[in-house]
Amino acid sequence: MIDTDFLAETLLKLLGGLPITLELSTISILAGVVLAVLLALLRQASRVGGLFVRAYVFVLRGTPLLLQIFLVYYGLGQFPLIRHSILWPFLREPWWCAILALTLNTAAYGSEIVRGGLAAVPTGAVEAARVAGMSRWTMYRRIILPLAFRQALPAYGNEWVIMVKSTSLASIVTLMEVTGQAYAIISETYRAMEVFLCAGAIYLTLTFLLTRAIGALEHRLTPYLRRPETTLGGLA
Amino acid sequence: MASSLELFGFGPQGWGHQLLLAGLMTLAVSASAFFFGIACGTLGAWGKSSHALLPRLAADVYTTVVRGVPDLLVIYLFYFGGSTAVSAIAHAFGAEGFWGLNGFLVGMLAVGLVSGAYETEVLRGAYLAIPRGEIEAAKAAGMGRWLMLHRIIAPRLLRFALPGMGNVWQQVLKESALVSVTGLVEIMRQTQIGAGSTRQPFAFYIVGFLLYLVLTTLSGFLLHAAERHSARSERRPA
Repeated sequence: MIDTDFLAETLLKLLGGLPITLELSTISILAGVVLAVLLALLRQASRVGGLFVRAYVFVLRGTPLLLQIFLVYYGLGQFPLIRHSILWPFLREPWWCAILALTLNTAAYGSEIVRGGLAAVPTGAVEAARVAGMSRWTMYRRIILPLAFRQALPAYGNEWVIMVKSTSLASIVTLMEVTGQAYAIISETYRAMEVFLCAGAIYLTLTFLLTRAIGALEHRLTPYLRRPETTLGGLA
Repeated sequence: MASSLELFGFGPQGWGHQLLLAGLMTLAVSASAFFFGIACGTLGAWGKSSHALLPRLAADVYTTVVRGVPDLLVIYLFYFGGSTAVSAIAHAFGAEGFWGLNGFLVGMLAVGLVSGAYETEVLRGAYLAIPRGEIEAAKAAGMGRWLMLHRIIAPRLLRFALPGMGNVWQQVLKESALVSVTGLVEIMRQTQIGAGSTRQPFAFYIVGFLLYLVLTTLSGFLLHAAERHSARSERRPA
């Protein structure tokens, strides 16, 4: 009944797409975090900046990611100005376009998460840092950003899982990552169920590992929430 | 400016009619998927809060798998898997050739199933938020199961679930763009067609952006109004 040869062959072919899936996920997540922090800080910094960030978040969160990928990949090339610029070697490649669209998209969602984290930093901590004579930069680096990051981590974890799944949209602009491979095998063999099982298993493993890693990081960053270990035993 | 008015207007050269129809199609497929998702979510929430092992396990597998796998993959499963099944049935009745599953149906089932996994958690959380005392009071007043469901539980559930359901709706609206891979002519597909035949992809994708923004913003306003309306009993008089 179950064609194990076909399943094994399919799994092997799908794993061939795993490097691209991993590249797209890690690069866009990391670049997205950097951009999200910058956007969240810009939103606080000035009125014009705040307006800009709000408009950015409104547009990027109100439209489908697929449309954003298409706009970058097919839309930008319409202009001779862009085709003759130094950016063209990058914007011509579906890989870079996918990275760009995914990063811009996740940064919009991320900036709201970071904003929540920044808002949760206790005023007392900031005042204490100021009293201790820290400069603005030191205060952000040592006090505000670490506290905000810890606060934002659970929500950000969900966003990263969504991003890993979203890399599948890159297959529509010809990138052969896991979903792209799956599409090719399905349209060749019409065995949708088996291919879905294999591809699903790969994505489930990825998202499972990611949520575990985030959970571990959260555990590490919140020692004060843990119950103290009673190593003293009889003494206590 | 005049040329873009002509391009996106309702004149003989304009794409206005097609884009408007595509917008309606996006709304139709999203709404069907959303309601199918509520049905899936109700089943899922019932399964998760059941005391029997099998429904609980089934609901857990459902939400874990669907939330861990890309939506596009689920759409492919329904599109190709559904077409294979339909073809097999058609052939059994003596028909020949390839029988595809309708893009609208694929979109409704696939996007609905995915949104149902999120809806499960929304509904479960809302059910848990109903004060136990109210249910006990209903029982004490001698209400039957059905009467209690539609007089006490359902109205309270809807009130607590509304914000979460609003989020799911916005998500469904955006996810419906993926259904364009089945050839269903909604906003995404229509802008692709326009972009291809006029060689003005940027303009068409920007119009697509605007159409989605109109839909998400309008639904945002409506949802906000609905939330206010459902919470009116909890507002204090000024």
